[in-house]
Amino acid sequence: MSPDSQKTPYNPPALEFKSSTFSVPVLVLSSNDLAIIEQQLQAKIRLAPEFFRNSPLVLDVQELNKKDLDIDIAELMEILRKPGLLPIGIRGGSLNQNKKALALQIPVYSINSGNTVAEAQKQKTITPPAPEPKTSTATTTLITHPIRSGQRLYASGDLVILAQVSAGAEILAEGNIHIYGTLRGRALAGVQGNTEARIFCSDLQAELISIAGNYKISEDLQAIARNKPVQMYLQDHTIIIKDI
Amino acid sequence: MARIIVVTSGKGGVGKTTTSAAIAMGLAKKGHKTAVIDFDVGLRNLDLIMGCERRVVYDFVNVINGEATLNQALIRDKNCNLLYILPASQTRDKDALSQEGVGKILEDLSKDFKYIVCDSPAGIEKGAHLAMYFADDAFVVTNPEVSSVRDSDRMLGILASKSRRAEQNQEPIREYLLLSRYSPDRVKLGEMLSVDDVQEILSLHLLGVIPESKSVLNASNSGTPVILDEKSDAGQAYSDIVARYLGEDKPHRFIDGKKGLFGKFFGSK
Repeated sequence: MSPDSQKTPYNPPALEFKSSTFSVPVLVLSSNDLAIIEQQLQAKIRLAPEFFRNSPLVLDVQELNKKDLDIDIAELMEILRKPGLLPIGIRGGSLNQNKKALALQIPVYSINSGNTVAEAQKQKTITPPAPEPKTSTATTTLITHPIRSGQRLYASGDLVILAQVSAGAEILAEGNIHIYGTLRGRALAGVQGNTEARIFCSDLQAELISIAGNYKISEDLQAIARNKPVQMYLQDHTIIIKDI
Repeated sequence: MARIIVVTSGKGGVGKTTTSAAIAMGLAKKGHKTAVIDFDVGLRNLDLIMGCERRVVYDFVNVINGEATLNQALIRDKNCNLLYILPASQTRDKDALSQEGVGKILEDLSKDFKYIVCDSPAGIEKGAHLAMYFADDAFVVTNPEVSSVRDSDRMLGILASKSRRAEQNQEPIREYLLLSRYSPDRVKLGEMLSVDDVQEILSLHLLGVIPESKSVLNASNSGTPVILDEKSDAGQAYSDIVARYLGEDKPHRFIDGKKGLFGKFFGSK
């Protein structure tokens, strides 16, 4: 079963997948002679033992495969671990090498060249290697027509509406919501828990507004002046409404 | 090809059938061959408003089921020989209608007629859905009060997402607002939403305002579409609406309390 199907929906989220970029040393191999690799590796490490201690490492065997040189992944891992390196991935491996790496719980990274990429991407990885960041890759949804009562709209990124949102309509976005018209319905931003999400509208007459599960209903909004643009954002789990 | 107009509202009792009868008659009087279809199967009224209830032999459902031909079921109007009525069945319910059946009838009518007016039942269920599904234009009849406006908004959402034009990604249905049972005096007293209020909520092109008028009830009772009562304000309002729909430039009337010459003599109340 894939990890996706086990996620528990709703309730205050106890975890969150985020994407970050790390700088990790990559070990590029150009020989498959394990004895030479071990010897040269130790020589390198002796130069800066502290730097290499417990250092994560990604193994690049692309060059080897280009020369049709096979290498025993399991033995190579042993050699790397001996001086304290922590291999966290392999890239450019053949189908067989990738399989072996996965058996050793070493994630497989794809590279943008080589015919093994397609297979590598299809492989199920045990630890998700940098999942596609949801908020940044999702595109903005642009709507130019009014959202009528009873209509429901979901955007996986930002949502921009150039018309009104009628009473009884519901718009949801994982990112921000911009409404260049009157908001009379319900608007829910950051529905996947993005507390940085904001709602903007040019006239606030909403039935309900919500950011990352924190909400205000129409009764709470009565004090807000109508007919002027406002923005809503989250501060200490409370929705703040401010003029723009 | 005929232009298919649906007269719809969501809410009941706002004047859909009155409007359907008036609009269909108005278009026919302007020289366009027009058919008006009653989609309110089980609660048929259009034949009463059109004054042809005594001449109903076959109905819409008979034609769908192949028990009668279209020509057998269509009733020619007694006032205008370019207007034909396809009555609903009173003994059946909305489930007797099918999308294929309705589509086939509209297609057949399209060959011969210039305009087809579909009188939608209230609600958003099957009858209303089929009435609007094939439409090119929608006349959304709304009363100046909040529940009617809300229901119209809901219906506009359905027109924009569930119609054939929406499903086939064609140019969307052209939507027009008809504000009926309007009383400027009550608007002034704050008892009724104004034209501007309704337009702001629905943001829809206003085709016309039909004033609250006792001539409507009189017309219904006598079985003549109110548009034929040329002296009445409601009749004139419908004439204006038909003219505007056909592209004539007519200024809006009946929005403020000022009564014209006709109003002074035959004014509503």
